[in-house]
Amino acid sequence: MQPAATPVIEFRDVSYRVAGTQVLSGFNLLVEGGETVVLLGRSGSGKTTSLKLVNRLVTPTSGEVLVKGVPNGDGDLIRLRRSIGYVIQDVGLFPHFTVERNIGLVPKIEGWSEERIRARTQELLHMVGLDPEIASRYPNQLSGGQRQRVGVARALAADPEILLMDEPFGALDPLTRDELQREFLLLQQRLHKTVVFVTHDLREALRLGGRIALMEAGRLVTVLSPGEFLQSTDPLASAYVRAFGEGLESAANRGTS
Amino acid sequence: MNVFRFMWHNHGQVMDLTLEHLRLVGFSTLFAMIIGIPLGIVIAHRPRFNKPVLASANIIQTIPSLALFGFLLPVPWLGERSDRLAILALTLYALLPIIRNSFTGIRGVDAAVVEAGRGMGLTESQLLFQVELPLAASVILSGVRVAVVISVGLATIAAAIGAGGLGEFIYSGLAMVDNTVILAGAIPAALLALVADFGVGWLERRLAPR
Repeated sequence: MQPAATPVIEFRDVSYRVAGTQVLSGFNLLVEGGETVVLLGRSGSGKTTSLKLVNRLVTPTSGEVLVKGVPNGDGDLIRLRRSIGYVIQDVGLFPHFTVERNIGLVPKIEGWSEERIRARTQELLHMVGLDPEIASRYPNQLSGGQRQRVGVARALAADPEILLMDEPFGALDPLTRDELQREFLLLQQRLHKTVVFVTHDLREALRLGGRIALMEAGRLVTVLSPGEFLQSTDPLASAYVRAFGEGLESAANRGTS
Repeated sequence: MNVFRFMWHNHGQVMDLTLEHLRLVGFSTLFAMIIGIPLGIVIAHRPRFNKPVLASANIIQTIPSLALFGFLLPVPWLGERSDRLAILALTLYALLPIIRNSFTGIRGVDAAVVEAGRGMGLTESQLLFQVELPLAASVILSGVRVAVVISVGLATIAAAIGAGGLGEFIYSGLAMVDNTVILAGAIPAALLALVADFGVGWLERRLAPR
């Protein structure tokens, strides 16, 4: 990568205040093309808000967020959102649409041909490890893990450069979560999306993140690589490491096994 | 079984009054839907307005129907034709269940689903027509169903101001102290209510989200 390349996402001194609560203060972060940055922190630390600032579901009180070098409030909001994949914990699949229509929704409103949408859907289902046969099913006929995979496929549908993932695997059982994390890494090796991933699970952060941005009470505490995180003398980082106990090194070694 | 003999002998009139009745209920429900559904959607999105709107609809509901027909009589244009007046009064009564259910239906759509849609870049109107309305449809229709059933009953009172409908039999029967004639109006009205209830109920189940 060229050192001079513009960061894909840049938070510039962003603060967000709502109903008298300072949710985020003076947040600065650069996310480079193709990397996975994990926002790690406890509930209420501002990580989800930071994510929503990127696709402007949340508008900053002060400061700005640049996407591909352009302040994201400047252009067409709908265009911006369609160019960013978004996966949330509750998946938010449309319960009245089949899997196929869920995945094909953005392509459809973007005016793709039926044929192209169908081909893309099949490709995506295959990519996220699902049987193409489930294309005609409804979300309530799927397991939690399948739903989450469909959520990822839907986010990837229009081939966005950026992927925002808000605790996407948080509600899954440990085995399924492990499977999906592994597949995420394999997928990311192929696709090289720019990913911002929110989690409160240190193990997940170490495994998936290229860099970990540790947040607390609306502030960015520090940004570290997984290796650095384990060695860190930062009180909050070491508190995390202690709380999660043994066996973190193997997670940090990005085991896809 | 006098009733059925009476109805058979007067089947032409029974048909006419039933059609008149249907017309009153049909138009008023249609108007109430045209006003009530958008209003319910608006107050679901702008919580500031929900109290005043629902309260107004509630107050209308508490006005005794005979009194409302009476109040509206002196209104120009409306008072000229009693069926216009009846349709307006019935529309007002049908508003509450339709507004309330549209409001509840839209509010009840899973926030995560709406947020996901917005985050994916759906416009507000795409969100409304492709996500919120389809998911709220069965709740909205159950409001329509309540409104129709209420209207079928209330429309019988419209005969008091000369708007026609099956209430004509009921009022003549009352005047003649003849239960047969009363029942000739009451039975078809009850049947209409049942059929409407069943019909809209069927539609409601068809549209229920999975």
